[in-house]
Amino acid sequence: MVHDPFKDSASGKTLSAPPSPSDYMKDSVFRSFAYLCALSIILLLAYIVFELGSQALPAIKEHGLGFITGTTWDTNQNEFGVLPEIWGTLYSSLLALLIGGGLGVAIAIFLTQGFMHAKIEVMFRTIIELLAAIPSVVYGLWGIYVLIPLIRPAAHWLHETFGWFPLFSTDLSGPGLAPAALVLAIMILPTVAAISADAFRRIPYKVKEAAYGMGATKWEVILKVMLPTASSGILAGLVLGFGRALGETMALAMLIGNVNDISVSLFAPANTLASLLASTFPEAGEIEIQALMYASLVLLLITFVVNVAGLAVQQYTMRKFEGKK
Amino acid sequence: MSQINEQILPPRINLPSLEKNVLELRALKDFFLTGLVWGLAILASIPLVSVIYMLIMEGGARLDFEAITALPPAGFETGGGFGNAIVGTLTMVGIASALSIPIGTMAALYLAILNPNSKTATVSRFLAKVLTGFPSILAGVFVYAVIVITTGTYSAWAGGVALAVLMLPTVTLAAEEAMKQVPQRMKDAAFGMGCTRTQVIFKVVLPTALPGIMTGVILAVAGAAGESAPLLFTALFSNYYMSELAEPTASLSILIYNFSGMPFENQIELAWTASLALVLLVLFFNIVARVVGRTKFKE
Repeated sequence: MVHDPFKDSASGKTLSAPPSPSDYMKDSVFRSFAYLCALSIILLLAYIVFELGSQALPAIKEHGLGFITGTTWDTNQNEFGVLPEIWGTLYSSLLALLIGGGLGVAIAIFLTQGFMHAKIEVMFRTIIELLAAIPSVVYGLWGIYVLIPLIRPAAHWLHETFGWFPLFSTDLSGPGLAPAALVLAIMILPTVAAISADAFRRIPYKVKEAAYGMGATKWEVILKVMLPTASSGILAGLVLGFGRALGETMALAMLIGNVNDISVSLFAPANTLASLLASTFPEAGEIEIQALMYASLVLLLITFVVNVAGLAVQQYTMRKFEGKK
Repeated sequence: MSQINEQILPPRINLPSLEKNVLELRALKDFFLTGLVWGLAILASIPLVSVIYMLIMEGGARLDFEAITALPPAGFETGGGFGNAIVGTLTMVGIASALSIPIGTMAALYLAILNPNSKTATVSRFLAKVLTGFPSILAGVFVYAVIVITTGTYSAWAGGVALAVLMLPTVTLAAEEAMKQVPQRMKDAAFGMGCTRTQVIFKVVLPTALPGIMTGVILAVAGAAGESAPLLFTALFSNYYMSELAEPTASLSILIYNFSGMPFENQIELAWTASLALVLLVLFFNIVARVVGRTKFKE
């Protein structure tokens, strides 16, 4: 019989029996199983890297680093290069970070610095959380039928009036960088807002009180005290939001146009690594799949570096405020 | 009495007015910036309102019994629905949950209780965080290489495993967070009674942390239900109800993706209806998670 202190105590028997050998056995089996599960996360990532690497190996051997600087993707001529995709990935994510990051930090301030009644605050927080819950593919659909028709007149006007300016050098003919970046901005906003809001909440209350005590106005406190103090946490939010944007797939595959051009124009169609995978993979032959595996390895590397950087900043922030509350 | 009062009166020096002047530049700046963040917060809510409005207006009309049971229409057909896609999505999310929840919870136990400061735990925790920012399409590519190439067919299995890869880190981190909330003195009390670590875990830690774990798990399930990128070339799509797990399987998100680009009115309408169904499913999980989370243990 298994020794169970709970049952024993209820029946009023002695509690002093030591665990039986079978208890020790079960305990150590259970703990080694838990250890294996924790190990499985490490093994999973290692296996992913290994598997993608070995699948991409023929392509890596054949194209080398020229894969990263090449600009054509042509299956018939066996020519593969992902520079336009890397450019599109970074450009669209940076644009999204500019819009979504700015909005996200503003919202974090709005949610944490006591601008409204607690109930309205909960409402806004729920809205931001739900923004993150909407599936990517639904944003894509919304982008096609709502956002693109909505921004097209504005894009047309900008092109007509400021066409000499490189950013507006082409007209928005349908899908393109601008709608893709806008949808991306909406999608990373909750990430940035949540991590930044957390950074604001970590600031000890006395910091704020001290600033108010010196006669600062609400916004002087926010801009001169709270923002600098939370800056590393906000930076972590921005970097992690950027990482999210880099890997986002479906909405981009539906909105960016999937054209392998390098253009600075906001309204030109472009392509990203993730949407290249989404749009090309299902119909690809063996050679092209090897090239796509190489492309996914590049994507993995970029997002890994960005995410590790973001997490490092975040952990630095957490340590900074530990024990100061 | 009055003499004393006179004595402690402040000396006459030139103090600036301490009263708030609404027209002072600082006050105006304050007023303007407050208006600005209110404006930005409302601006950020517009997409959600617009998405929900469009889903109800465009998709609401078709959301009937036919839509949730019938098979997807071909080319110029009218009518039709996405019954097989609902079944497919639920099946694959089920497979993903069955794989990732036990492993994730056990890993969380190790990270939170059994050996929180060991090297394995530190590395594992960090990589789990890295994996939450992992591009979801790479899970698809990975499972394609491991399962689809090996078995030679697209399948619900492959789709489920791809979703499980994405759910695992989320479940682990959420469960770890919930288990860390269990007060040390509750564990100490149980140890003091002579419990083994396993008994402490099953009788004290897990029951106490259960609402928190559930919240994390349900949110991970909601996220997986909405995923489409990892299913693109693992489960592919099918126009029929699934008869076994080892065949290409339909899912709501892939149906939306496929139909959104089609030149047929009927398909586009169905894409909206399927989006509404998918968002309702995801929101349902979110609301359940909130309700469960409200009973969360608080010290």
